[in-house]
Amino acid sequence: MHSISSLFHHTLAKPWIWAFIGAFAVWLATIIFTGGQGAGQMLTAALSFATFSVIVGIGQMFVISLGPGNIDLSIPANITLAGVVSMKLMDSHNEMILLGLGAALLSGLAVGIFNYTLIRLLRIPPIIATMSSSFLILSTAIAYGRGLKIKPPAALAEFTTTHIYGVPLLAICIVVLAFILGVMLHRTVFGQSILAIGQNPRAAKFAGISVEYVRFCTYLLCALLASLCGYLLAGFSGGASLNMGTEYLLASIAVVVIGGTSVAGGFSNLPGIWGAALFMFLLVTMLNTFGLSAGLRLMLTGIIIVGVIILSTRSKQPS
Amino acid sequence: MSKNKKNIVTLTGVGKSFGAVKALQNVQLEISTGECIGLVGHNGAGKSTLMNILAGTLTPTKGEINVSQVAQDQLYNVAIAHQQGIRCVFQELSLCPNLTVTENTRVMHASLQGWGWRKKAGALIIDMLDEIFPGHGISIKALIDDLSLSQRQMVEIARAFSITDTQLRIVILDEPTSSLDAVVADQLLQHIRRFVSRGGACVLISHMLEEILSSCDRIVVMRDGTVVAEKNATDFNRDSLVAAMGSMAREYQHDANDDAASKRQGTALINCAPKLQHDEQQLRVYKGEIVGLAGLAGQGQTEMLVQLFSPQKSMAFVAGDRQSDGIFPLWSIAENITIGSMRNLLRKFLLDKNSAAALASHWQQKIAIRSPDLNHNILSLSGGNQQKALFARALASNAQTVLMDDPMRGVDIGTKQDVYDMIRAEADNGRTFLWYTTEFDELKHCDHVYVFRNGEIVADIPKTQMNEQRILQASFKASAA
Repeated sequence: MHSISSLFHHTLAKPWIWAFIGAFAVWLATIIFTGGQGAGQMLTAALSFATFSVIVGIGQMFVISLGPGNIDLSIPANITLAGVVSMKLMDSHNEMILLGLGAALLSGLAVGIFNYTLIRLLRIPPIIATMSSSFLILSTAIAYGRGLKIKPPAALAEFTTTHIYGVPLLAICIVVLAFILGVMLHRTVFGQSILAIGQNPRAAKFAGISVEYVRFCTYLLCALLASLCGYLLAGFSGGASLNMGTEYLLASIAVVVIGGTSVAGGFSNLPGIWGAALFMFLLVTMLNTFGLSAGLRLMLTGIIIVGVIILSTRSKQPS
Repeated sequence: MSKNKKNIVTLTGVGKSFGAVKALQNVQLEISTGECIGLVGHNGAGKSTLMNILAGTLTPTKGEINVSQVAQDQLYNVAIAHQQGIRCVFQELSLCPNLTVTENTRVMHASLQGWGWRKKAGALIIDMLDEIFPGHGISIKALIDDLSLSQRQMVEIARAFSITDTQLRIVILDEPTSSLDAVVADQLLQHIRRFVSRGGACVLISHMLEEILSSCDRIVVMRDGTVVAEKNATDFNRDSLVAAMGSMAREYQHDANDDAASKRQGTALINCAPKLQHDEQQLRVYKGEIVGLAGLAGQGQTEMLVQLFSPQKSMAFVAGDRQSDGIFPLWSIAENITIGSMRNLLRKFLLDKNSAAALASHWQQKIAIRSPDLNHNILSLSGGNQQKALFARALASNAQTVLMDDPMRGVDIGTKQDVYDMIRAEADNGRTFLWYTTEFDELKHCDHVYVFRNGEIVADIPKTQMNEQRILQASFKASAA
């Protein structure tokens, strides 16, 4: 009895648990409203859409963990560029799938290097540097893919939309990727360096960490994940479009914050990103199902998100 | 000097303790009208503490304060001191940066009130500035924040000398010239003489010994919280003053196993000059040596260490300013220790948690970090124990050279002794140490000492020739040049 209650308290003390509790509660409220109808489909849809928020959210999490002032606002433009470039290259041919992935990642690599160059060499604060670079990136995407509406290769569309017993195949792959990145965060020199820099960059330098090299790699990683997201998203939604990345600017930041990562840097929370991404999707679904007016929906979204953040930061303090 | 000198303040048997630390012990001091007293001593000799007691900002733990032959009780404070005409220009400037020069004048003079106080305060301060520092170029409407450090110091000084309804009898100046250039400093010293000749009294604290010798009537020398010498200024010269400040008795005694010279052979591990060095003097460090960087606080020693630090050359750094340069506040004690040794803890690509825990607990025992559990947050430790964790971080790494930035601040004496022994043992095993310290006792553990002043190396002293007097002599050579 005692051990069960202590396990219970131990679990509640984890800051990421609140995002999952929130997601579960919202899901429960919705299926009670619909009388159990569509409970399964709703979860499948949530997993499908959450997957894309998770991919970019993880990248944003690493960048935010570098400490105050670090953020990547070029994620939406990056998603679009990678989608457009890879779709045009593959031109709906199945045998070009891997080449398309390579092209998407290369465009992400270029974006990451460009962002860091602005930040480091021109000494522009990341928030300004990545915002202005996103205009350039988006313009490149427009120039490159003018008027194009190319369908993704059938095999890629198939891969991104297949379900296994209601669980999207893509979601499984991204869970594995998230796990690998989690190990990287906690068990490699690179991951620990990010957290050290986020807490105290001067102390990190004196502890022998190459601060600027680690920052470079982190912005690069974030850009690579965003371009991966662009590639998969274009496959999932039947082609690239110029506004395909728009909603991922706020989503990438929101899932990091709701997931329990410290905005001040130095503390990352990877499992929480999954919880937060599911919660965000299910919350919108619930409010739509209730048939509320648009104004009320937005208001409730705001209130509920603030509530989850308060709960998760409260539970972080005692530990 | 003058026949009709009148006693203003007498301190008798004054003592002050901060916890177990005795900052002042049994100090006697008399201040009379028409004299300027010079107060000199090493860092931490108790000069500022004594002046804080006189100005009412600190309450003495022992002794008596008599102002105008009236004994003051425990309630003696800044307001009473002010009423009695005792003012102080502190080392840390006390102006409000978000207010103008005029407004800051009003802050000190409560009598400037009612309609037109701004005009009165402005006239008061500008007249005083013009009198003391002709050609100062300060606008009374300027925000303190927009003034240079030396302009702020001028405003602070002028404000202390300005008079409204209360009398002004004693002005205490704590290192007033440290941020002033030579011309302005001279203006100040002339004003002090004028003020004194009109019957005022000054206490001047300064590391510039020439200033003290030329401007003061009487010189009081402090060391380790007591007054060790008090004579007319004419009875001192530079050398005797320096000698009085340092203790001759504590000269270094050579060990039998003193092999300092033998390490200075072959090629130097580090061969480098400070950025501000004007001559050919170099900092040379040989393998296995403990090299001390000495001098007064903040003379470019930390900058030298930062300039040298390069992890690629197998170096580790022990921060003196723990909070800003050393601690990772979200991490446990163990994580704070092992962050410096990450590359040794890798198994294939991943950090091995067990090896990390073993390394941390090995160093906990070796350096005696007092904590029940190394997984507790680093901030659960006392300051001294946090410092030990930082030592452990540097020593646990396989860095061949360890740079130490005055690392013993806030560390108790027992721990210090342990760490000294550990440093010596590591040096004997071939590790090299660069050690910035402001305490002479720590320099005794060094094989070679470089004295810094104004960002330059001014003396290069091997262990065999090292004594406190020589180091002080070099530290203060300042305005002689």
